[in-house]
Amino acid sequence: MSLVQIQNLCKVYHRDKLEIPVLDQLNMEIDQGEFLALMGPSGSGKSTLLNLLGGIDKPTSGRLVVAGKDIATLGGGGLARWRAEHIGFIFQLYNLIPVLTAYQNVELPLLLTPLKSRARREHVLAALQLVGLADRIKHYPRQLSGGQEQRVAIARAIVSDPTLILADEPTGDLDAASAAEILTLLQRLNQEHGKTVIMVTHDPHAAERAHRVVHLDKGALSETRATGAR
Amino acid sequence: MKYLRLVFSNMRRSKLRTTLTVLSTALALFLFSMLRTIVTSLDASVDVTDAARVVVRRSTSLIFPLPLSYFDRLRQMDGITAVTYMNWFGGVNPADERGWSSQFAVDASTFFEMYPEYLLTPEEVAAFQQERTSCIIGERLAKQYKWKVGDNVTYRGTIYPGDWTFTVRGIFRPKSPDVDTNVLYFQWKYLDERSERKGNVGVYIVRLADPNEAAATSAAVDQVFANSAFETRTETEKAFQLGFVTMMGNVKQGVRIISIFVLAGFMLVAINTMIMAARERIREIAVLKTLGFPDDLILKLVLAESTCIALLGGFAGCIGAKLVFKLMSFGGGVFANFIVKPQTLVIGLVIAALMGLVSGIVPAISAARLRVVDALRSA
Repeated sequence: MSLVQIQNLCKVYHRDKLEIPVLDQLNMEIDQGEFLALMGPSGSGKSTLLNLLGGIDKPTSGRLVVAGKDIATLGGGGLARWRAEHIGFIFQLYNLIPVLTAYQNVELPLLLTPLKSRARREHVLAALQLVGLADRIKHYPRQLSGGQEQRVAIARAIVSDPTLILADEPTGDLDAASAAEILTLLQRLNQEHGKTVIMVTHDPHAAERAHRVVHLDKGALSETRATGAR
Repeated sequence: MKYLRLVFSNMRRSKLRTTLTVLSTALALFLFSMLRTIVTSLDASVDVTDAARVVVRRSTSLIFPLPLSYFDRLRQMDGITAVTYMNWFGGVNPADERGWSSQFAVDASTFFEMYPEYLLTPEEVAAFQQERTSCIIGERLAKQYKWKVGDNVTYRGTIYPGDWTFTVRGIFRPKSPDVDTNVLYFQWKYLDERSERKGNVGVYIVRLADPNEAAATSAAVDQVFANSAFETRTETEKAFQLGFVTMMGNVKQGVRIISIFVLAGFMLVAINTMIMAARERIREIAVLKTLGFPDDLILKLVLAESTCIALLGGFAGCIGAKLVFKLMSFGGGVFANFIVKPQTLVIGLVIAALMGLVSGIVPAISAARLRVVDALRSA
């Protein structure tokens, strides 16, 4: 069953009077529970596609249906609510809030929910337990290694049980060992918890963890091949 | 409430900057409290006046006296229920020549009937009335010099030469906070006895049967003494006090203008600080938006932070002013009761909150309008 349906998706950036097409008539479907790797050279539009899927950017034209909702039709407030409910973001540079502890960072998405403090605490501890950082809840980002920071970021991405996890080069800033840990974690989230993961990466080894690798080049899908087991 | 932790955490982000911003706001509100208290203390000297009291003085100038014989003539006039008199002494405490307090020689037998705002025990009043060299002092003056009942206190006269020693027989409390208690009253008879100019009265204070008849009675008094060697000018106690205030020019307006400039100056500093603080946080704001924080919540968070900082500074400034001026026993003369009033504290905190909102509005709107993709890309 398709969780994501992309139909004739176009994205054009405007710089002064210049039009820069980034995505051109893109069509794709992503199944529920799939682990998809998006690859391609710099400027190919993979991060743009990820931003569109995450509802932090709007397409120029086309349909973008996620979990049955065409998010291209949503306004600013509606899109923010939709993101809070359906999307978990993982960034290359972790993007934790430096003045908040690991616990507080993970709790952030839950502040937007009607959950009481005790329930939020249970969710946060469960998420941190899942990423193996239950003993680091009071640590600030500066007190954590890069790999640990990214695991906190993953806990933050999953704590509200989103429909879709979007990871933008999640291992791009990590050493090989930490990168492997993060990829294993993403795989576990996919395989054991049924999370749909879309990951942008330059790294072919990282892409091998995915079920499917999609190559984007010059705004169009140029190649699709299946790899990792489901 | 659940977002407050986020607000407070952001306030701790740059402790030095937050501390300096709080201190600058505190200084602004300290200055505001001080300047406003100048106005309120000027007003207080007028506010405590009694509409039923009028002051009779020499028409030519306050520095020229009236004869004691006017006392009986005033008492016999229609519409007048009580009369007392006093002289400005103008002494200096030799132990504190730069200190300020008022001293008046008063008629001990009629003074207390005229001024019920001074609270004394009957024993203290009786002791004062019985002893010619006695005095009563206000509690602020007593506190300032640690004087107590039974002490002998000495003033050096500037109008009436020599050292004048009085025995404290009572310490009065004010009926309302605006009543000046930095003052000493001693017996007019003692002054008259030692003075070379006998029978001279500075001013008469007259209580009217009907305050609404103040203008008519004042005119009647002045009419009685017209064309005499000692013509009078009679005016309400309020007008009499306002005369002292207006001697200083339009101080109140000047003080208000200075207050506005002080607050505006510090507000520009706060605006600059908040803009810088928000600019440093563009990526984090973008991340919050990515997590689903809506624009209006981002706006509120930035405004809450700037308002909290300003309120913290405002609280420190206003309370600081109240404590400092209380501990220093600041004031004197027309600023007799230099007390930061509760209204000033409330107005100060409201201004602080407004400063916070105004200083936060520009960065808050910028943050709310921030495009997530652009911010993540550029930061």
